Amino acid sequence: MNWDWNVVDDFMPRFWDGVLVTLQALAVGTLIAFALGLVWALAQRSAQAWVRLPVIAVTEFIRNTPLLVQLFFLFYVVPDFGPSMSPLTTGIIGLGLHYSTYTAEVYRAGIEGVPAGQWEAATALSLSRGRTWRAVILPQAIRRVVPPLGNYVVAMLKDSPMIATIGAFDMLGEAQAFSNETFTTEALTVVGVAFIVIAYPASLLIRALERRLVR
Amino acid sequence: MMTSEFFTTWFLPGVWVTVQVTVYAAALGAAIAFGIGLARGSRYWVVRFVAGTYFEIFRGMSALVLMFWMFFALPLFGWQLVPMWAGVSALGLTYGAYGSEIVRGSLAAVTPAQKEAGIALNFTRWQRLRLIELPQAWPEMVPPFNNLLIELLKGTALVSVITVADMTFAGNLLRLGTNETTPVYTLLLVLYFVLAFLITRGMRLLERRAKAGIGQLPAKTGGTNGKPATRGKGLEAEPQTAGGRG
Amino acid sequence: MSADTHPAENTGLLANPPVDGSELIRFDQVTKRFGDNTVLDRLDFSVDSGKHVTLIGPSGSGKTTILRLLMTLTEPDEGTIRVGGELLTHEERNGKLVRAGEKHVREVRKNIGMVFQQFNLFPNMKVLRNITEAPVTVLGLSKDEAEERARELLELVGLTEHLDKYPTQLSGGQQQRVAIARALAMRPQVLLLDEVTSALDPELVVGVLDVLRDIARTTDITMLCVTHEMSFARDISDQVLMFDSGRVIESGPPEKIFSEPEKERTREFLKAVL
Repeated sequence: MNWDWNVVDDFMPRFWDGVLVTLQALAVGTLIAFALGLVWALAQRSAQAWVRLPVIAVTEFIRNTPLLVQLFFLFYVVPDFGPSMSPLTTGIIGLGLHYSTYTAEVYRAGIEGVPAGQWEAATALSLSRGRTWRAVILPQAIRRVVPPLGNYVVAMLKDSPMIATIGAFDMLGEAQAFSNETFTTEALTVVGVAFIVIAYPASLLIRALERRLVR
Repeated sequence: MMTSEFFTTWFLPGVWVTVQVTVYAAALGAAIAFGIGLARGSRYWVVRFVAGTYFEIFRGMSALVLMFWMFFALPLFGWQLVPMWAGVSALGLTYGAYGSEIVRGSLAAVTPAQKEAGIALNFTRWQRLRLIELPQAWPEMVPPFNNLLIELLKGTALVSVITVADMTFAGNLLRLGTNETTPVYTLLLVLYFVLAFLITRGMRLLERRAKAGIGQLPAKTGGTNGKPATRGKGLEAEPQTAGGRG
Repeated sequence: MSADTHPAENTGLLANPPVDGSELIRFDQVTKRFGDNTVLDRLDFSVDSGKHVTLIGPSGSGKTTILRLLMTLTEPDEGTIRVGGELLTHEERNGKLVRAGEKHVREVRKNIGMVFQQFNLFPNMKVLRNITEAPVTVLGLSKDEAEERARELLELVGLTEHLDKYPTQLSGGQQQRVAIARALAMRPQVLLLDEVTSALDPELVVGVLDVLRDIARTTDITMLCVTHEMSFARDISDQVLMFDSGRVIESGPPEKIFSEPEKERTREFLKAVL
């Protein structure tokens, strides 16, 4: 084995570019996942079967098929009859869409976790439907929801390198390109370590959050 | 369109490779999950520390990056892995880490009263684990293991990136050859979904058997299961929870 | 063995252990604290073999802790416990007391059996295996021997027809009777009974107490019993110990304790529970 720190030095500028792209994908993907997941969760609770059932079917399908193949689908199939998007945009949408089906489950469990007695109490006090949600249900649901949502952000971080396979230059994409140009592998090791370095404090943070919220 | 020749030379073998990778990685992952999961509950801090470190590292690791690393970087350390085994190892190592959390958590959820009953009957630590704690934790492990197994199945698509000819790899080949992207990727997604569905069915069955093994069968006679519930008799009578509070 | 002997005599409980009335259990200056709360305060007491001793007193007075200490479910902070002359949690090495290894603890502990308030049957094993598992894996009995003994014990507790059921399929009273059989299957010299009827519905209590009365009457097993069932305590005990604030404040034969207690505290307690 021959480890060359010079190679690492050469890679560093591109590494930071990659980190930026990864974090950007993660941030926007998270926003999409959180927002879209809420839409799914509410639609799944709809009284209208024609809303509820298709949404359940679609989210189940997305959740039970590989993100990688979904990225290929978005990148190669969708442009045939829809907009053509850059690899990064496609990747972000893919990540957000895939994880929205997970966050939907989190929201659902959070809402269903609020005891039925709370709904009944709100009804007994003749609170309006909107007021019941805002003042009673959501504040209680949120503490059940935040830690698992955090865990999915970390999971999304770890799945984000998949967007390199459709040509985005995130951490892995940069490392791959660099390795191919220079016939070296140090960059891959750097990226591997970087993932642990980012993910470990993040999961510590979530565990701390969990201890604070779940009481 | 997809030629039948292509289908038999690439796609079907690809499905088989996907199944193989899933099974091998699941076997490796299960071994790691139980090994690390038990070690994390050890009474020796060194063992706990090593197992905990393993857990933190591989849980924080991206499976795809690890796979790339094992495929491209590991050979430089003098370790040449066949692509398939690089893929299986990377998947088994990472999903095993998640699995260890399931094992640890379910074991920790067995009530302390059961441990005390084991002490009162003078079992050794190992006997308690084997005869009391693991059998009781097992039914609790099956549903989360099902979720993990489906995540693993989805994860196997990654091996296509390191040239393992699984079904995703076959799909990519077909796209390059024919440009028929829509049917190819649609079929691919449907195939994964069907496999995931089969896994869930299988695990449901396993869960029922596991629950029956500790005397908890679902009370209703669903009629869906061909085999009658042999141990379900008299269940409605008095579902007293054994052990109760600690 | 004739057919009309009492089932308990068939179990061989009389044959083992030898009962000579010597001291079997001894607590020396045992202190146990949970946080700031001193549950046992330099407690001294002993139990002779073959005796049935009942511990009474207000809740929180440390009665259950004594049983848990004997069963090694918790450890004393100070003092020593001996069973059959052997130190329970410590060993003497080079004239110094050191914490005993698991092997030593198991050797001493095999003389002790315990029945819990919450039964604690193993839900993953059917009734028969709940009783046979420990004799087979711990004592090394053959499966046939263990099953034969288990059947006799099930007859003793009146549950022969339930041996193929899971614990969850039994009532609380039935579960507790299985738990008694399970403890006896290990042929302990001492049986610890920790509020064994407290978790039962009132109508199920009688069946369990009848079984225990039976065992007390027909065997020589040493019993150490924590209970709130005063009439039961009066029936089976050779000696009653009244506990308060981690100490024995009064002891004697049941007739004396229940009829003419000396201490005011005992009188108050009995007035409240009787």
